[in-house]
Amino acid sequence: MPNKFKEAFDQKEFVVTAEVGPPKGTDIGRLIEDIDLLKDKIDGLNVTDNQSSVMRISSLAVCRMILDRGGEPILQMTCRDRNRMALQSELLGAAVLGVPSVLCLSGDAITVGDHPKAKPVFDLDSVQLLQAVGLLNGGKDLSDNELQGPTDLFPGAVVTPEADPIEPQLLKFEKKIAAGAKFIQTQAIYDMDNFKQFMDNVRHHDTKIMAGVVLLVSAGMAKYMNKNVPGIMVPDALIEEMAAAPKGERLDAGIRIAGRMIRQLREEKICDGVHIMAIGKEDRVPDILEAAGMSPAD
Amino acid sequence: MIVAERKSIEQIEAMLEGFDRILLVGCGTCVAVCMAGGEKEVELLAAELRMKGKMEGRQRTVDEITITRQCDKEYLEALAKYVDQYDVILSAGCGAGVQFLAERYEDKIVLPALNTRFIGVAEGAGVWTQRCMACEDCILDQTGGICPMTICAKNLLNGPCGGTDHGKCEVDSEKDCAWTLIYNRMKKLGRLDYIKKIQPPKDYSVMTKPGKYTHEAFKEARQED
Repeated sequence: MPNKFKEAFDQKEFVVTAEVGPPKGTDIGRLIEDIDLLKDKIDGLNVTDNQSSVMRISSLAVCRMILDRGGEPILQMTCRDRNRMALQSELLGAAVLGVPSVLCLSGDAITVGDHPKAKPVFDLDSVQLLQAVGLLNGGKDLSDNELQGPTDLFPGAVVTPEADPIEPQLLKFEKKIAAGAKFIQTQAIYDMDNFKQFMDNVRHHDTKIMAGVVLLVSAGMAKYMNKNVPGIMVPDALIEEMAAAPKGERLDAGIRIAGRMIRQLREEKICDGVHIMAIGKEDRVPDILEAAGMSPAD
Repeated sequence: MIVAERKSIEQIEAMLEGFDRILLVGCGTCVAVCMAGGEKEVELLAAELRMKGKMEGRQRTVDEITITRQCDKEYLEALAKYVDQYDVILSAGCGAGVQFLAERYEDKIVLPALNTRFIGVAEGAGVWTQRCMACEDCILDQTGGICPMTICAKNLLNGPCGGTDHGKCEVDSEKDCAWTLIYNRMKKLGRLDYIKKIQPPKDYSVMTKPGKYTHEAFKEARQED
Protein backbone atom coordinates (compact mmCIF):
# COMPACT_ATOMS: atom_id res chain seq x y z
CA MET A 1 0.00 0.00 0.00
CA PRO A 2 1.44 3.42 -0.85
CA ASN A 3 2.15 5.32 2.34
CA LYS A 4 3.28 8.92 1.88
CA PHE A 5 3.41 9.50 5.61
CA LYS A 6 5.73 6.55 6.26
CA GLU A 7 7.89 7.51 3.26
CA ALA A 8 8.16 11.08 4.55
CA PHE A 9 10.27 9.78 7.46
CA ASP A 10 12.76 8.36 4.94
CA GLN A 11 12.77 11.38 2.67
CA LYS A 12 12.65 14.28 5.12
CA GLU A 13 14.44 15.31 8.26
CA PHE A 14 11.30 16.79 9.74
CA VAL A 15 7.81 15.43 9.17
CA VAL A 16 4.67 17.49 9.76
CA THR A 17 1.19 16.23 10.56
CA ALA A 18 -1.97 17.94 11.74
CA GLU A 19 -5.39 16.70 12.66
CA VAL A 20 -9.06 17.19 11.97
CA GLY A 21 -11.91 16.28 14.26
CA PRO A 22 -14.95 14.85 12.47
CA PRO A 23 -18.09 16.90 13.14
CA LYS A 24 -21.14 15.72 15.03
CA GLY A 25 -23.64 15.45 12.23
CA THR A 26 -23.62 15.26 8.47
CA ASP A 27 -22.68 18.87 7.71
CA ILE A 28 -19.14 18.39 6.42
CA GLY A 29 -18.63 21.72 4.65
CA ARG A 30 -16.03 23.05 7.06
CA LEU A 31 -14.30 19.66 7.32
CA ILE A 32 -13.87 19.54 3.53
CA GLU A 33 -12.49 23.08 3.51
CA ASP A 34 -9.93 22.13 6.16
CA ILE A 35 -8.93 18.94 4.35
CA ASP A 36 -8.50 20.77 1.03
CA LEU A 37 -6.50 23.55 2.65
CA LEU A 38 -4.13 21.23 4.52
CA LYS A 39 -3.72 18.14 2.34
CA ASP A 40 -0.79 19.40 0.25
CA LYS A 41 0.94 21.33 3.04
CA ILE A 42 1.57 18.47 5.48
CA ASP A 43 2.67 14.83 5.42
CA GLY A 44 -0.33 13.34 7.16
CA LEU A 45 -3.69 14.30 8.58
CA ASN A 46 -4.87 12.54 11.75
CA VAL A 47 -8.57 11.92 12.08
CA THR A 48 -9.68 11.72 15.69
CA ASP A 49 -11.92 8.90 16.92
CA ASN A 50 -14.96 10.21 18.80
CA GLN A 51 -12.57 12.63 20.48
CA SER A 52 -13.29 13.60 24.08
CA SER A 53 -15.78 10.71 24.10
CA VAL A 54 -18.22 12.80 22.06
CA MET A 55 -20.09 10.83 19.37
CA ARG A 56 -19.23 12.03 15.85
CA ILE A 57 -18.69 10.81 12.27
CA SER A 58 -16.49 7.72 12.29
CA SER A 59 -12.78 8.25 11.87
CA LEU A 60 -12.54 5.68 9.08
CA ALA A 61 -15.23 7.40 7.00
CA VAL A 62 -13.39 10.73 7.20
CA CYS A 63 -10.06 9.00 6.43
CA ARG A 64 -11.57 7.73 3.19
CA MET A 65 -12.86 11.24 2.40
CA ILE A 66 -9.30 12.52 2.81
CA LEU A 67 -7.97 9.86 0.41
CA ASP A 68 -10.66 10.76 -2.13
CA ARG A 69 -9.52 14.39 -1.96
CA GLY A 70 -5.89 13.44 -2.47
CA GLY A 71 -4.72 13.73 1.14
CA GLU A 72 -2.83 11.34 3.41
CA PRO A 73 -4.98 10.18 6.36
CA ILE A 74 -3.83 8.73 9.68
CA LEU A 75 -6.61 6.76 11.34
CA GLN A 76 -6.91 7.28 15.07
CA MET A 77 -8.36 4.24 16.81
CA THR A 78 -9.34 4.06 20.44
CA CYS A 79 -10.17 0.97 22.49
CA ARG A 80 -13.10 2.67 24.19
CA ASP A 81 -15.96 1.87 21.82
CA ARG A 82 -15.11 -1.46 20.16
CA ASN A 83 -14.14 -4.94 21.29
CA ARG A 84 -11.29 -6.88 19.67
CA MET A 85 -13.54 -8.20 16.91
CA ALA A 86 -14.77 -4.75 15.90
CA LEU A 87 -11.27 -3.26 16.14
CA GLN A 88 -9.70 -5.90 13.92
CA SER A 89 -12.61 -5.76 11.50
CA GLU A 90 -12.16 -1.99 11.22
CA LEU A 91 -8.40 -2.40 10.71
CA LEU A 92 -9.12 -4.76 7.80
CA GLY A 93 -11.62 -2.18 6.55
CA ALA A 94 -8.96 0.55 6.76
CA ALA A 95 -6.56 -1.63 4.78
CA VAL A 96 -8.96 -2.28 1.89
CA LEU A 97 -10.07 1.34 1.79
CA GLY A 98 -6.45 2.36 1.35
CA VAL A 99 -5.94 4.01 4.75
CA PRO A 100 -2.29 3.21 5.43
CA SER A 101 -1.50 4.42 8.97
CA VAL A 102 -3.17 3.90 12.31
CA LEU A 103 -2.59 5.63 15.64
CA CYS A 104 -3.52 3.34 18.54
CA LEU A 105 -4.93 4.92 21.71
CA SER A 106 -6.75 3.84 24.87
CA GLY A 107 -9.35 6.58 24.42
CA ASP A 108 -10.83 9.08 26.85
CA ALA A 109 -13.18 7.78 29.51
CA ILE A 110 -16.82 7.46 28.44
CA THR A 111 -18.00 9.47 31.42
CA VAL A 112 -16.29 12.71 30.28
CA GLY A 113 -18.21 12.77 26.98
CA ASP A 114 -21.75 13.26 25.70
CA HIS A 115 -22.93 9.66 26.15
CA PRO A 116 -21.86 9.11 29.77
CA LYS A 117 -24.35 6.25 30.19
CA ALA A 118 -22.76 4.15 27.41
CA LYS A 119 -20.90 0.93 28.17
CA PRO A 120 -17.12 1.49 28.08
CA VAL A 121 -15.50 -1.37 26.18
CA PHE A 122 -11.71 -1.41 26.71
CA ASP A 123 -11.56 -5.08 25.71
CA LEU A 124 -8.00 -4.35 24.51
CA ASP A 125 -5.64 -1.62 25.63
CA SER A 126 -3.44 0.45 23.31
CA VAL A 127 -0.49 -1.96 23.66
CA GLN A 128 -2.64 -4.94 22.73
CA LEU A 129 -4.18 -2.98 19.83
CA LEU A 130 -0.66 -2.33 18.50
CA GLN A 131 -0.02 -6.07 18.77
CA ALA A 132 -3.24 -6.73 16.84
CA VAL A 133 -2.02 -4.46 14.01
CA GLY A 134 1.26 -6.38 13.95
CA LEU A 135 -0.56 -9.71 13.77
CA LEU A 136 -2.87 -8.56 10.95
CA ASN A 137 0.19 -7.27 9.07
CA GLY A 138 1.62 -10.78 9.47
CA GLY A 139 -1.50 -12.39 8.05
CA LYS A 140 -3.08 -13.62 11.28
CA ASP A 141 -5.69 -12.35 13.72
CA LEU A 142 -5.67 -12.19 17.52
CA SER A 143 -7.08 -15.74 17.69
CA ASP A 144 -4.29 -17.05 15.45
CA ASN A 145 -6.58 -17.55 12.44
CA GLU A 146 -5.08 -17.14 8.95
CA LEU A 147 -6.31 -14.11 7.01
CA GLN A 148 -7.20 -14.15 3.32
CA GLY A 149 -4.62 -11.48 2.64
CA PRO A 150 -2.69 -9.55 5.29
CA THR A 151 -2.82 -5.82 6.03
CA ASP A 152 0.09 -3.44 5.51
CA LEU A 153 -0.66 -0.86 8.16
CA PHE A 154 1.86 1.57 9.69
CA PRO A 155 1.19 1.57 13.45
CA GLY A 156 1.76 4.45 15.82
CA ALA A 157 1.02 5.39 19.41
CA VAL A 158 1.11 8.31 21.82
CA VAL A 159 3.08 9.31 24.90
CA THR A 160 2.83 12.11 27.47
CA PRO A 161 6.32 13.52 28.09
CA GLU A 162 5.09 15.80 30.90
CA ALA A 163 3.28 12.99 32.75
CA ASP A 164 3.75 13.16 36.50
CA PRO A 165 4.99 10.67 37.61
CA ILE A 166 6.86 9.85 34.39
CA GLU A 167 8.04 6.31 35.28
CA PRO A 168 4.71 4.47 34.73
CA GLN A 169 4.30 6.45 31.49
CA LEU A 170 7.74 5.33 30.26
CA LEU A 171 6.95 1.74 31.23
CA LYS A 172 3.94 1.81 28.91
CA PHE A 173 5.84 3.74 26.23
CA GLU A 174 8.45 0.97 26.11
CA LYS A 175 5.72 -1.66 25.83
CA LYS A 176 4.24 0.29 22.91
CA ILE A 177 7.58 0.24 21.09
CA ALA A 178 7.95 -3.48 21.85
CA ALA A 179 4.41 -4.00 20.52
CA GLY A 180 5.43 -2.45 17.21
CA ALA A 181 4.76 1.31 17.35
CA LYS A 182 6.77 2.78 14.46
CA PHE A 183 5.84 6.39 15.13
CA ILE A 184 4.93 8.24 18.31
CA GLN A 185 2.92 11.44 18.64
CA THR A 186 3.35 13.19 21.96
CA GLN A 187 0.81 15.03 24.08
CA ALA A 188 1.25 18.80 23.78
CA ILE A 189 4.67 19.99 24.89
CA TYR A 190 5.55 23.59 25.77
CA ASP A 191 8.67 23.41 27.93
CA MET A 192 11.50 22.73 25.50
CA ASP A 193 14.07 21.88 28.18
CA ASN A 194 11.77 19.24 29.65
CA PHE A 195 11.10 17.85 26.18
CA LYS A 196 14.81 17.68 25.34
CA GLN A 197 15.36 15.73 28.53
CA PHE A 198 12.52 13.38 27.59
CA MET A 199 14.06 12.90 24.14
CA ASP A 200 17.45 12.11 25.70
CA ASN A 201 15.72 9.28 27.59
CA VAL A 202 13.92 7.78 24.60
CA ARG A 203 16.10 8.62 21.58
CA HIS A 204 17.66 5.15 21.50
CA HIS A 205 14.35 3.47 20.62
CA ASP A 206 13.73 2.43 17.03
CA THR A 207 10.71 4.65 16.44
CA LYS A 208 9.98 8.10 15.00
CA ILE A 209 8.96 10.71 17.53
CA MET A 210 6.75 13.65 16.65
CA ALA A 211 6.35 16.42 19.20
CA GLY A 212 2.77 17.45 19.87
CA VAL A 213 2.11 21.18 19.50
CA VAL A 214 -1.28 22.53 20.54
CA LEU A 215 -2.05 26.05 19.29
CA LEU A 216 -2.69 28.44 22.16
CA VAL A 217 -5.52 30.90 21.51
CA SER A 218 -5.46 32.80 24.82
CA ALA A 219 -3.79 32.95 28.22
CA GLY A 220 -7.04 31.61 29.67
CA MET A 221 -6.82 28.51 27.51
CA ALA A 222 -3.27 27.88 28.72
CA LYS A 223 -4.32 28.24 32.35
CA TYR A 224 -7.33 26.01 31.75
CA MET A 225 -5.15 23.28 30.26
CA ASN A 226 -2.64 23.52 33.10
CA LYS A 227 -5.46 23.00 35.56
CA ASN A 228 -7.62 20.49 33.73
CA VAL A 229 -5.69 18.57 31.10
CA PRO A 230 -3.46 15.84 32.50
CA GLY A 231 0.10 15.94 31.16
CA ILE A 232 -0.02 19.48 29.76
CA MET A 233 2.16 22.13 31.37
CA VAL A 234 2.34 25.58 29.80
CA PRO A 235 5.19 27.55 31.44
CA ASP A 236 4.37 30.92 33.01
CA ALA A 237 6.52 32.79 30.48
CA LEU A 238 4.30 31.60 27.61
CA ILE A 239 1.13 32.44 29.53
CA GLU A 240 2.52 35.95 30.08
CA GLU A 241 3.42 36.27 26.41
CA MET A 242 -0.17 35.34 25.48
CA ALA A 243 -1.61 37.72 28.10
CA ALA A 244 0.56 40.58 26.86
CA ALA A 245 -0.87 40.35 23.36
CA PRO A 246 -3.52 42.97 22.64
CA LYS A 247 -7.08 41.80 22.19
CA GLY A 248 -7.59 40.67 18.63
CA GLU A 249 -3.95 39.63 18.31
CA ARG A 250 -3.92 36.76 20.78
CA LEU A 251 -4.38 34.08 18.18
CA ASP A 252 -1.48 35.61 16.27
CA ALA A 253 0.62 35.37 19.44
CA GLY A 254 -0.33 31.69 19.74
CA ILE A 255 0.66 31.12 16.11
CA ARG A 256 3.97 32.89 16.72
CA ILE A 257 4.69 30.72 19.79
CA ALA A 258 3.78 27.48 17.97
CA GLY A 259 5.90 28.53 14.99
CA ARG A 260 8.87 29.36 17.23
CA MET A 261 8.65 25.99 18.97
CA ILE A 262 8.46 24.10 15.69
CA ARG A 263 11.42 26.05 14.30
CA GLN A 264 13.49 25.09 17.34
CA LEU A 265 12.41 21.43 17.21
CA ARG A 266 13.42 21.33 13.56
CA GLU A 267 16.60 23.40 13.59
CA GLU A 268 18.02 21.71 16.67
CA LYS A 269 16.93 18.29 15.34
CA ILE A 270 15.31 17.55 18.68
CA CYS A 271 12.86 15.02 17.24
CA ASP A 272 11.64 13.58 13.94
CA GLY A 273 8.71 15.86 13.33
CA VAL A 274 5.76 17.72 14.74
CA HIS A 275 2.08 16.94 15.14
CA ILE A 276 0.09 20.17 15.13
CA MET A 277 -3.20 20.21 17.01
CA ALA A 278 -4.93 23.45 16.11
CA ILE A 279 -8.18 22.46 17.81
CA GLY A 280 -10.88 24.37 15.90
CA LYS A 281 -8.35 26.61 14.08
CA GLU A 282 -7.22 24.11 11.48
CA ASP A 283 -7.32 26.85 8.83
CA ARG A 284 -4.39 28.55 10.62
CA VAL A 285 -2.03 25.56 10.34
CA PRO A 286 -0.41 27.05 7.18
CA ASP A 287 0.27 30.26 9.17
CA ILE A 288 1.92 28.22 11.92
CA LEU A 289 4.18 26.56 9.35
CA GLU A 290 5.03 29.93 7.87
CA ALA A 291 5.87 31.25 11.35
CA ALA A 292 8.13 28.21 11.75
CA GLY A 293 9.96 29.20 8.59
CA MET A 294 8.74 26.19 6.69
CA SER A 295 7.33 26.51 3.22
CA PRO A 296 4.74 23.89 2.24
CA ALA A 297 7.32 22.23 0.01
CA ASP A 298 9.67 21.46 2.93
CA MET B 1 -17.84 -9.13 50.69
CA ILE B 2 -20.83 -7.98 48.62
CA VAL B 3 -21.53 -4.30 49.21
CA ALA B 4 -25.05 -2.99 48.66
CA GLU B 5 -27.10 0.08 49.47
CA ARG B 6 -30.78 0.43 50.09
CA LYS B 7 -33.02 1.81 47.36
CA SER B 8 -34.72 5.10 48.18
CA ILE B 9 -37.98 4.87 50.07
CA GLU B 10 -39.71 6.37 47.02
CA GLN B 11 -38.44 3.56 44.80
CA ILE B 12 -39.48 0.95 47.32
CA GLU B 13 -42.93 2.48 47.76
CA ALA B 14 -43.39 2.55 43.97
CA MET B 15 -42.64 -1.20 43.78
CA LEU B 16 -45.06 -1.92 46.62
CA GLU B 17 -47.95 -0.05 44.97
CA GLY B 18 -51.10 -2.17 45.37
CA PHE B 19 -49.65 -4.61 47.92
CA ASP B 20 -50.77 -4.44 51.54
CA ARG B 21 -49.28 -7.57 53.09
CA ILE B 22 -45.52 -7.34 52.92
CA LEU B 23 -42.87 -9.72 54.23
CA LEU B 24 -39.54 -7.93 54.48
CA VAL B 25 -36.64 -10.40 54.54
CA GLY B 26 -33.23 -9.28 55.76
CA CYS B 27 -29.95 -11.08 55.20
CA GLY B 28 -27.50 -11.56 58.05
CA THR B 29 -24.29 -11.80 56.04
CA CYS B 30 -22.62 -9.27 53.68
CA VAL B 31 -25.43 -6.71 53.53
CA ALA B 32 -25.71 -6.75 57.32
CA VAL B 33 -22.03 -5.83 57.60
CA CYS B 34 -22.40 -2.94 55.14
CA MET B 35 -25.48 -1.74 56.98
CA ALA B 36 -27.91 -2.10 54.08
CA GLY B 37 -30.07 -5.16 54.69
CA GLY B 38 -29.29 -6.73 58.07
CA GLU B 39 -31.56 -7.09 61.09
CA LYS B 40 -31.31 -3.46 62.17
CA GLU B 41 -31.85 -2.07 58.71
CA VAL B 42 -34.94 -4.16 57.95
CA GLU B 43 -36.39 -3.23 61.34
CA LEU B 44 -36.02 0.44 60.43
CA LEU B 45 -37.35 -0.01 56.91
CA ALA B 46 -40.35 -2.00 58.16
CA ALA B 47 -41.15 0.72 60.68
CA GLU B 48 -40.91 3.36 57.97
CA LEU B 49 -43.18 1.41 55.62
CA ARG B 50 -45.73 0.82 58.39
CA MET B 51 -45.75 4.49 59.28
CA LYS B 52 -46.17 5.54 55.66
CA GLY B 53 -49.05 3.09 55.31
CA LYS B 54 -50.70 4.49 58.40
CA MET B 55 -50.30 8.10 57.24
CA GLU B 56 -51.92 7.22 53.95
CA GLY B 57 -54.75 5.47 55.79
CA ARG B 58 -53.98 2.07 54.33
CA GLN B 59 -54.49 -1.37 55.82
CA ARG B 60 -50.88 -2.35 55.53
CA THR B 61 -49.10 -5.23 57.24
CA VAL B 62 -45.30 -5.17 57.20
CA ASP B 63 -43.50 -7.96 59.04
CA GLU B 64 -39.76 -8.44 59.03
CA ILE B 65 -37.54 -11.44 59.47
CA THR B 66 -33.78 -11.72 59.00
CA ILE B 67 -32.25 -15.02 57.97
CA THR B 68 -28.58 -15.96 58.15
CA ARG B 69 -28.05 -15.96 54.38
CA GLN B 70 -30.39 -15.59 51.42
CA CYS B 71 -27.90 -17.32 49.14
CA ASP B 72 -28.19 -20.70 50.89
CA LYS B 73 -31.20 -22.98 50.39
CA GLU B 74 -31.26 -24.25 53.97
CA TYR B 75 -31.87 -20.78 55.40
CA LEU B 76 -34.62 -19.99 52.90
CA GLU B 77 -36.66 -22.93 54.18
CA ALA B 78 -37.34 -21.13 57.47
CA LEU B 79 -39.65 -18.77 55.55
CA ALA B 80 -41.90 -21.52 54.18
CA LYS B 81 -44.34 -21.38 57.07
CA TYR B 82 -44.89 -17.63 56.70
CA VAL B 83 -44.93 -16.71 53.04
CA ASP B 84 -48.56 -17.66 52.31
CA GLN B 85 -49.76 -14.86 54.58
CA TYR B 86 -48.21 -12.17 52.36
CA ASP B 87 -48.85 -10.61 48.94
CA VAL B 88 -45.23 -9.88 48.36
CA ILE B 89 -41.74 -10.61 49.65
CA LEU B 90 -39.43 -7.59 49.82
CA SER B 91 -35.86 -8.90 49.96
CA ALA B 92 -33.12 -6.85 51.58
CA GLY B 93 -30.51 -9.27 50.25
CA CYS B 94 -28.07 -8.66 47.41
CA GLY B 95 -29.17 -9.46 43.84
CA ALA B 96 -28.20 -13.10 44.37
CA GLY B 97 -30.35 -13.36 47.48
CA VAL B 98 -33.38 -11.80 45.76
CA GLN B 99 -33.09 -14.30 42.91
CA PHE B 100 -32.66 -17.31 45.18
CA LEU B 101 -35.72 -16.28 47.17
CA ALA B 102 -37.72 -15.84 43.97
CA GLU B 103 -36.59 -19.26 42.80
CA ARG B 104 -37.53 -20.97 46.08
CA TYR B 105 -40.91 -19.26 46.35
CA GLU B 106 -41.81 -19.18 42.69
CA ASP B 107 -45.51 -18.39 43.25
CA LYS B 108 -44.67 -15.23 45.18
CA ILE B 109 -43.76 -11.80 43.91
CA VAL B 110 -40.25 -11.08 45.22
CA LEU B 111 -38.97 -7.49 45.06
CA PRO B 112 -35.49 -6.01 45.67
CA ALA B 113 -35.04 -3.47 48.46
CA LEU B 114 -31.34 -2.95 47.72
CA ASN B 115 -29.07 -2.00 44.85
CA THR B 116 -26.05 -4.31 44.82
CA ARG B 117 -22.88 -2.27 44.33
CA PHE B 118 -19.74 -4.40 44.25
CA ILE B 119 -17.33 -6.83 45.87
CA GLY B 120 -15.35 -4.70 48.24
CA VAL B 121 -13.77 -3.94 51.56
CA ALA B 122 -14.56 -1.72 54.53
CA GLU B 123 -12.13 1.12 53.99
CA GLY B 124 -13.19 3.05 57.07
CA ALA B 125 -16.25 3.58 59.23
CA GLY B 126 -19.21 3.50 56.84
CA VAL B 127 -17.05 3.57 53.71
CA TRP B 128 -16.62 0.63 51.35
CA THR B 129 -14.54 0.46 48.20
CA GLN B 130 -14.60 -1.94 45.28
CA ARG B 131 -11.68 -4.36 45.04
CA CYS B 132 -12.64 -7.24 42.76
CA MET B 133 -14.48 -7.72 39.45
CA ALA B 134 -14.67 -11.52 39.79
CA CYS B 135 -12.88 -11.81 36.43
CA GLU B 136 -12.12 -15.50 37.09
CA ASP B 137 -8.42 -15.23 36.24
CA CYS B 138 -6.61 -13.45 39.04
CA ILE B 139 -3.41 -11.61 38.08
CA LEU B 140 -2.77 -9.92 41.42
CA ASP B 141 0.51 -11.87 41.69
CA GLN B 142 1.84 -9.77 38.81
CA THR B 143 0.50 -6.38 39.88
CA GLY B 144 1.58 -6.08 43.49
CA GLY B 145 -1.80 -7.03 44.92
CA ILE B 146 -3.54 -4.08 43.19
CA CYS B 147 -6.16 -5.03 40.60
CA PRO B 148 -5.99 -3.10 37.30
CA MET B 149 -9.29 -4.69 36.23
CA THR B 150 -11.02 -3.03 39.18
CA ILE B 151 -9.01 -0.01 40.26
CA CYS B 152 -8.32 1.28 36.72
CA ALA B 153 -11.49 2.85 35.28
CA LYS B 154 -10.51 1.52 31.83
CA ASN B 155 -9.25 -1.86 33.12
CA LEU B 156 -5.95 -1.30 31.32
CA LEU B 157 -3.53 -4.18 31.75
CA ASN B 158 -0.28 -2.69 30.46
CA GLY B 159 0.17 0.63 32.17
CA PRO B 160 -1.55 3.99 32.65
CA CYS B 161 -3.49 5.96 30.05
CA GLY B 162 -2.75 9.60 29.24
CA GLY B 163 -5.44 10.70 31.66
CA THR B 164 -3.41 9.95 34.77
CA ASP B 165 -2.41 13.08 36.67
CA HIS B 166 -0.26 13.30 39.79
CA GLY B 167 -1.29 9.78 40.71
CA LYS B 168 -5.00 10.46 40.27
CA CYS B 169 -7.54 9.27 37.68
CA GLU B 170 -9.07 11.42 34.92
CA VAL B 171 -12.48 9.91 35.59
CA ASP B 172 -12.52 11.07 39.21
CA SER B 173 -9.70 13.19 40.63
CA GLU B 174 -10.52 11.82 44.09
CA LYS B 175 -9.55 8.33 42.95
CA ASP B 176 -6.03 6.97 42.68
CA CYS B 177 -4.53 5.96 39.33
CA ALA B 178 -4.24 2.17 39.56
CA TRP B 179 -1.04 2.13 37.52
CA THR B 180 0.71 4.70 39.66
CA LEU B 181 -0.17 2.57 42.70
CA ILE B 182 0.98 -0.61 40.96
CA TYR B 183 4.23 0.95 39.74
CA ASN B 184 5.10 2.34 43.17
CA ARG B 185 4.29 -0.92 44.92
CA MET B 186 6.28 -3.07 42.49
CA LYS B 187 9.21 -0.68 42.69
CA LYS B 188 9.15 -0.91 46.47
CA LEU B 189 9.00 -4.71 46.26
CA GLY B 190 11.85 -4.83 43.72
CA ARG B 191 9.54 -6.56 41.23
CA LEU B 192 9.30 -4.03 38.37
CA ASP B 193 10.26 -6.75 35.90
CA TYR B 194 6.83 -8.30 36.37
CA ILE B 195 5.01 -5.24 35.02
CA LYS B 196 7.45 -4.79 32.14
CA LYS B 197 6.03 -7.91 30.50
CA ILE B 198 3.21 -7.24 28.03
CA GLN B 199 -0.04 -8.67 29.38
CA PRO B 200 -2.10 -10.41 26.69
CA PRO B 201 -5.75 -9.49 26.18
CA LYS B 202 -8.01 -10.80 28.93
CA ASP B 203 -9.80 -14.10 28.25
CA TYR B 204 -13.45 -13.17 28.56
CA SER B 205 -14.61 -16.70 27.66
CA VAL B 206 -14.05 -17.76 31.27
CA MET B 207 -16.47 -15.03 32.29
CA THR B 208 -19.35 -16.37 30.19
CA LYS B 209 -22.51 -15.76 32.16
CA PRO B 210 -24.05 -17.19 34.23
CA GLY B 211 -21.02 -18.59 36.00
CA LYS B 212 -21.13 -22.03 37.57
CA TYR B 213 -18.56 -23.65 39.80
CA THR B 214 -18.52 -27.12 41.33
CA HIS B 215 -15.92 -27.89 43.99
CA GLU B 216 -13.54 -30.66 42.95
CA ALA B 217 -14.49 -32.90 45.89
CA PHE B 218 -18.16 -32.70 44.94
CA LYS B 219 -17.42 -33.40 41.28
CA GLU B 220 -15.84 -36.69 42.32
CA ALA B 221 -18.71 -37.52 44.67
CA ARG B 222 -21.19 -36.91 41.85
CA GLN B 223 -19.30 -39.12 39.51
CA GLU B 224 -19.28 -41.90 42.08
CA ASP B 225 -23.07 -41.59 42.43
